[in-house]
Amino acid sequence: MNDRPSPDRPKIRVRGLRKSFGPKLVLDGVDLDVAAGSSMVVIGGSGSGKSVLLKCILGLIPPDAGEIEIDGHDVLRLSAPERDRLRAGIGMLFQNGALFDSLPVWENVVFALLAQRRVSRREGQKRAGDFLAQVGLAPTVGDLYPAELSGGMQKRVALARAIAARPDIMFFDEPTTGLDPIMGAVIDGLIVDVVRRLGGTAIAITHDMASARRIGDAAAMLHGGRIIWTGLAADLMHSGNPAVDQFTHGRREGPIQMELRR
Amino acid sequence: MLALLGRGVIGAVRGAGQLTLFALDGLSHLVRPPFYWRMFARALLEIGYFSLPVVALTAIFTGMVLALQSYLGFARFSAQSATANVVVLSITRELGPVLAGLMVAGRIGAAMAAEIGTMRVTDQIDALTTLSTNPMKYLVAPRLLAGVIALPALVIIADILGVMGGFIVSVLKLDFGPATYLANTIHFMQTMDVVSGLVKAAVFGFLIALMGCFQGYHSRGGAQGVGSATTAAVVGASILILAFDYGLTELFFAR
Repeated sequence: MNDRPSPDRPKIRVRGLRKSFGPKLVLDGVDLDVAAGSSMVVIGGSGSGKSVLLKCILGLIPPDAGEIEIDGHDVLRLSAPERDRLRAGIGMLFQNGALFDSLPVWENVVFALLAQRRVSRREGQKRAGDFLAQVGLAPTVGDLYPAELSGGMQKRVALARAIAARPDIMFFDEPTTGLDPIMGAVIDGLIVDVVRRLGGTAIAITHDMASARRIGDAAAMLHGGRIIWTGLAADLMHSGNPAVDQFTHGRREGPIQMELRR
Repeated sequence: MLALLGRGVIGAVRGAGQLTLFALDGLSHLVRPPFYWRMFARALLEIGYFSLPVVALTAIFTGMVLALQSYLGFARFSAQSATANVVVLSITRELGPVLAGLMVAGRIGAAMAAEIGTMRVTDQIDALTTLSTNPMKYLVAPRLLAGVIALPALVIIADILGVMGGFIVSVLKLDFGPATYLANTIHFMQTMDVVSGLVKAAVFGFLIALMGCFQGYHSRGGAQGVGSATTAAVVGASILILAFDYGLTELFFAR
């Protein structure tokens, strides 16, 4: 694998990505470039395929057609060990946290380090306290189980787990869904902080506009299985694209028609 | 009608193929490092230790009933003295492994399917993949090995307790002499009776873990999907146990 970075080459490059589930076409030729060191926010309605796009890039769902390049490597053509190596450099924050119920918090946080035999269990428990501190949690939280935590604390633990292996690419799937506005802002702040500190590239998907503007440098909108707009996250509220404007301002009337049965 | 039948046959063949590939994939991870010993120990404890009370009670009552029924049946042609022989033969060859297998299928097959199914629908299995951990290696392989080892251990205990159940009823209720009963049991029992039962138990343990993992791993659609996976794991494992029991009996004893 060639890991030489190129200034002209995007860190993540997606071309013509297609994916359907039975008769339902979810992604219909998605093109997306994410520059190294930037934070891209992908917005779109519920069921628009944002999570599917992220899972395709991660290799969790095989696409029907298209190309996905990370650091110039065609992810879909890599052998399983090469893909595992590439994936080891990616951290993922799942929508519902996806913490392992059967393991205490500290073991969740350093799971990747333990799995890769990079630390002993004793050392891992100590390191977990440091990672928990980075997301504003006391080291004593490490001894609890995920079911004993609130939604906001679970998200923070999941964030600590996502950054524990020091990934250079981070994916965030609806990071503020299900949280109150203040906790949402706290999580967004932590995300911005860890992305900046690690100096990595990030893709976040959300339909929370406040969150999108806080997290992202760049933004793209997924609608009808395609990316219909890309630009600066700061321009989201005045993009000039009627569909994006309808979505970001939450208007009923506009080019995006909800399928409602009356 | 023909199309319906065809769809059913194709579905069954496809299901069998998927299950076989899943089993081979899971087994292949037993010989490819790393092996998750902690997960193996946890599964072994869950299957072997926590199933002990239910298997023990099943074995004792089965032995007791078997002694009583055999005695009453054989009394019709004055062959009551064969009670000890029938009890030990039935328990070691058939009832020990089959009843322990069915009880463990209900307890462990369901628990495995529910746990792995919940992990599937809450993205925990995807999370494993993103954390450089192969889910088949972490979740499936240790459980398969634990099933193969734990069930024979349970069946050894079930054999002893089953014979003990028969002994208790025979001595306390049916007026057998304790020494005579034990002597009959020991003299009549052959190594092959016990070994065949243990081999059956190992196969049943594998099938229980396989069905629990397979159904959980492929569960879809939230709580209802996990519920369906749990039911399918128990029903599937039970049927496979009975089918393989016949096949293995043919293999060991048919002349």
